[in-house]
Amino acid sequence: MKSLITILLFLLSAVSALAQSKYFTKSGKISFFSRSSMENIEAVNNKVVSVLDIATGQLEFAILMKGFEFDRALMQEHFNEDYVESDKYPKAIFKGSVENSKAISLTTDNVATVKVNGTLTIHGVTNPITATAVITVKNTVVAASCSFTITLADYKIIVPAVVAEKINKKIAVVVTIPAYQVMAAK
Amino acid sequence: MTKVITTFFLCSIFFAGKLQAQSLLKDVEDSVPVTEKVSGAFKSTRVINAHSVEMLHRHNLDFRIMHRFGFISSGVKQLYGLDNASMRISFDYGLSDNTTIGFGRSTFRKELDLFIKTRIIQQSTGQKAIPFSLVIAAGGLVFTEESFAQVKPGFTDRSSYYVQLIAGRKFSSHFSFQLSPIIVHISAPVNIGDDKTIFAMGGGARFKVSKRMAITMDYHHPFGTFSSNNTDPLSVGVDIETGGHVFQLQFSNATGMNERAYITQTTGKFFKGDIRFGFNLSRIFKLGKNK
Repeated sequence: MKSLITILLFLLSAVSALAQSKYFTKSGKISFFSRSSMENIEAVNNKVVSVLDIATGQLEFAILMKGFEFDRALMQEHFNEDYVESDKYPKAIFKGSVENSKAISLTTDNVATVKVNGTLTIHGVTNPITATAVITVKNTVVAASCSFTITLADYKIIVPAVVAEKINKKIAVVVTIPAYQVMAAK
Repeated sequence: MTKVITTFFLCSIFFAGKLQAQSLLKDVEDSVPVTEKVSGAFKSTRVINAHSVEMLHRHNLDFRIMHRFGFISSGVKQLYGLDNASMRISFDYGLSDNTTIGFGRSTFRKELDLFIKTRIIQQSTGQKAIPFSLVIAAGGLVFTEESFAQVKPGFTDRSSYYVQLIAGRKFSSHFSFQLSPIIVHISAPVNIGDDKTIFAMGGGARFKVSKRMAITMDYHHPFGTFSSNNTDPLSVGVDIETGGHVFQLQFSNATGMNERAYITQTTGKFFKGDIRFGFNLSRIFKLGKNK
């Protein structure tokens, strides 16, 4: 019986440890860039929701497409209305995992370069995606950054011929999480 | 027994972990929908002739050229109206996202017009949902055409004013509708005996047929006493949007393109072929920084 209690206690502590390994943020930043000879387009979303579970390596992102802010209001309107159809597909979601996340030390300051695999859903279309991310631990604060490129056609985002010169078919995406917060165990 | 309990606990923890794993985002995402402003009820700040419920964005300049040809019913000798053209050229500027000022000049009676348009309520969805947008527009006009009357009209006699209320709703991404009651006051009406102050009820609609194309309709019915030649202005058109441009092609019975002209001086009988082909060209320029 004593051993059972020991096991239970051990397991409980393991469960709580598991919960402690979860990090989240609601103020991450994702920006994207389209560069072309005619025009440069840039937009930023400062309300990125992300959850990272260091123990399992699970990583998820969710953003509202309408949260992207452009320098030109008309561009923002066209982005939502004509390109990504935000009323129909309000969110972009990433679900995936960080490879070998257990190797990341959360107690000592360090910078780890990791590989992230998963699926990205934009405009109702889901595609597999792989990227290299940097996870930084400084004073026990976990931060992350990553950049990758997506092809508009992969997500069925159609650019009409008249503006084809102004929009790059490949969009550079930069993800920055300044600080993840520890998720309170429920 | 111990083994059974241990296995049970192990399994339950394992599954609990699994369940948790499936809903990582659900733990943090807000369940309350965010309040979002509804935009793009119409492609342009004008349905066709009338103000739409849409506003210009802050620091955007809208350069507009509006053209109306002659009546199609004038036949081949006038190339179905293409030989004659009436036009209005205007510059509208967004002081803020909710206030626009504009200046225009029409060839018809060489009339100048100035207006201010303010959005009082913007349609939104989510937590603080508002079912419609409300916009008020007010303007003054003065015609500069030479008068051959014995007593030359002064500035007051040449001027007219209007106040218009526009209540519109984007019912879906495909369908928008607005009501636009308007009061026009003319100091010296064109026809003697016409009411100086005319109230008109108007309606405008948009049916989006593709991402960048929409069919629009614009109609007003004036109430009051005026020349029996006057008819209700009715326009049906197509909006084509390409980036910063909006092309509006339409068939209308109205000659004038400012509020005084199309409300009180439309004489074409739409269903008897007194239709003009016309187009509006809108080009938006961004001036200054957004923030």
